[in-house]
Amino acid sequence: MNVGALPPARMRRLTDMTTFYAILMDGMIYASWLFLVAAGLTVIYGVMRILNMAHGSFYAIGAYSAASLVGWYFSSNGEANPYWSYAILVGCALLAGLVVGFVIEQGLLRFMYKRNELLMVIVTYALLLILEDATKLVFGVDPYFTYQPYSLLGRSMIGELAFANYDLALVGASVVVGGLCWFVLNRTHTGKVLRAVIHDREIAVAMGVNVRLMFAGTFIVGTTLGALAGALTAPSISVSPGIGVEVIVLAFAVVVVGGLGSIEGAVVGALLVGLTRSMAVHLAPEIELFVIYGVMSLVLAVRPQGLFGRTVARKI
Amino acid sequence: MTYIDRTGLWLIATAAILVAGAFVLPHWLTFILTLALAKALVVQGVVVQMRAGLVSFGQGLFFCVGGYAIGLGGNLLGIHDAFALLALGLVASVGLAAVIGLLMTRYRDIFFAMLSLALSMILFGVLVKSQTLGSTDGFNVHGVSYLGVTFDGANQKIAVYILTVVVSCACALFLYRSQHAGIGRVCEAIRENEIRVEYLGLSPRWILYAQYLVAAAVSALGGGLTALATGHIDPEMAFWTTSGEFVFIALLGGTMHVAAPFVAAVLFAFVRTYAIEFTPHTWQMILGLVLLGIIIFLPKGLWSLVSRNRRVKA
Repeated sequence: MNVGALPPARMRRLTDMTTFYAILMDGMIYASWLFLVAAGLTVIYGVMRILNMAHGSFYAIGAYSAASLVGWYFSSNGEANPYWSYAILVGCALLAGLVVGFVIEQGLLRFMYKRNELLMVIVTYALLLILEDATKLVFGVDPYFTYQPYSLLGRSMIGELAFANYDLALVGASVVVGGLCWFVLNRTHTGKVLRAVIHDREIAVAMGVNVRLMFAGTFIVGTTLGALAGALTAPSISVSPGIGVEVIVLAFAVVVVGGLGSIEGAVVGALLVGLTRSMAVHLAPEIELFVIYGVMSLVLAVRPQGLFGRTVARKI
Repeated sequence: MTYIDRTGLWLIATAAILVAGAFVLPHWLTFILTLALAKALVVQGVVVQMRAGLVSFGQGLFFCVGGYAIGLGGNLLGIHDAFALLALGLVASVGLAAVIGLLMTRYRDIFFAMLSLALSMILFGVLVKSQTLGSTDGFNVHGVSYLGVTFDGANQKIAVYILTVVVSCACALFLYRSQHAGIGRVCEAIRENEIRVEYLGLSPRWILYAQYLVAAAVSALGGGLTALATGHIDPEMAFWTTSGEFVFIALLGGTMHVAAPFVAAVLFAFVRTYAIEFTPHTWQMILGLVLLGIIIFLPKGLWSLVSRNRRVKA
């Protein structure tokens, strides 16, 4: 499966210590990618209580728009400064996320906020089906390759292991995204209002919070985060139909492990899943896929609300 | 209800007509019907749980177990009788459900949906990575006999078709009876308010457990019949998009009547056959739009069209 996106183990037959560092580094890189993918999902669930199955499609849209625009940039003007392609990557994601998020929230979701959580899962499943084909219609079914931003940064050696600098930059990007989310939620006025909405929607409305505006904003931010994850991944994979469907269950695993709606939870979930998978890749490759959902089921079995989730009292 | 009432007679009559159709209808049609009815059995599994308020996004798990039982039973255990293979799938699936049902019945709402999805993806992950189980390609099912009789090409398809119709009819009768028996009624109560059911002295958890086993059983039969009909099984049966399709068909038909999943599955199969031929790249988009339409305009599924009209007439 190409969802790994990041080159897994190399140099299997080295000393134990090297294997350990390889597991650690690959795990960190994979975890930061997982966090990028899962952040938008958990933000949307936290505020809106919508488990968004279409999140993978936002990822795919981000990846496609970035891959096609960066590809066009490199093919149309050869002498241009290649470093601008990173700005294009991020710009694409922001634009695509804004537009798609706005259209979906205003055109469909805002009419459905009264429905129950389970039905919203199915609504977003319908969205996923629509967006899958919409992506195919817009971008075609042939894969896109945009390796330039990936290879441009070169490689660096850490101990005996070589890592692509782009992958290391991805770790930085996820720290920035995570930090921003935390800062906005905990250190700004908007964040405070959002936390009030998360805590009790009805009381927040009674206090004069414009919940609809908050919802619209949250959904657009969530969509943009998904698209950003896709755009940042695009240089290291072949962007082809089906990437969204593969990614969404991984993102589910991460946020369910951490606790739906919790940013800290998504960080811990991503680390747990990332390191476990990387351990499996290096030590027992045949259980690689199994292990991700294994972790998810195990956590759910012991702590259904996830590691950082809140338990909700049963109401009669 | 110790007798077979009007709905039961209707079901049996329809099954009889469908069996008779085996000798009249063209082969492509009976093939589509076989697959649709087999799929409808899995959808029945989803619907049984939906009546109790649980949406399973991982019914593909039991669909897959039923299918693989057919393939593995033939290849590894040397069982070649269709009935024995179906029974094997049934036992394997119910056995599995009996274990994981203990865990699953502790969850509700999206947690149930997510955990069922995770469990079916675990099976997918195991199957994809194990060479002995055929890896991503799966393997072919062949040399199946029916009570000692083996059929060639076209007759084999007819045999599977008739078997599917008979099994579907039997399941439908069973599900119809259980839906209108105490346990079926209680499921609706559980969906509406579980805690009050507890106050009545019943245990929602064990009722849901029983329903979970029933769902696993019919889904395994659906998987087994699909494997017999197509002669091939692969891990895709446990992938979550397959389970998503079952949820789709369940919502399309609605949970009001036992026949609804069958009608919806047949409708789905025909629409898909033509849609893929004419608009291969917008097929999923059509599905999505129909799903949204159903949720907004017909929340009780297509069957509510039928029953609403009947009430007006009476």
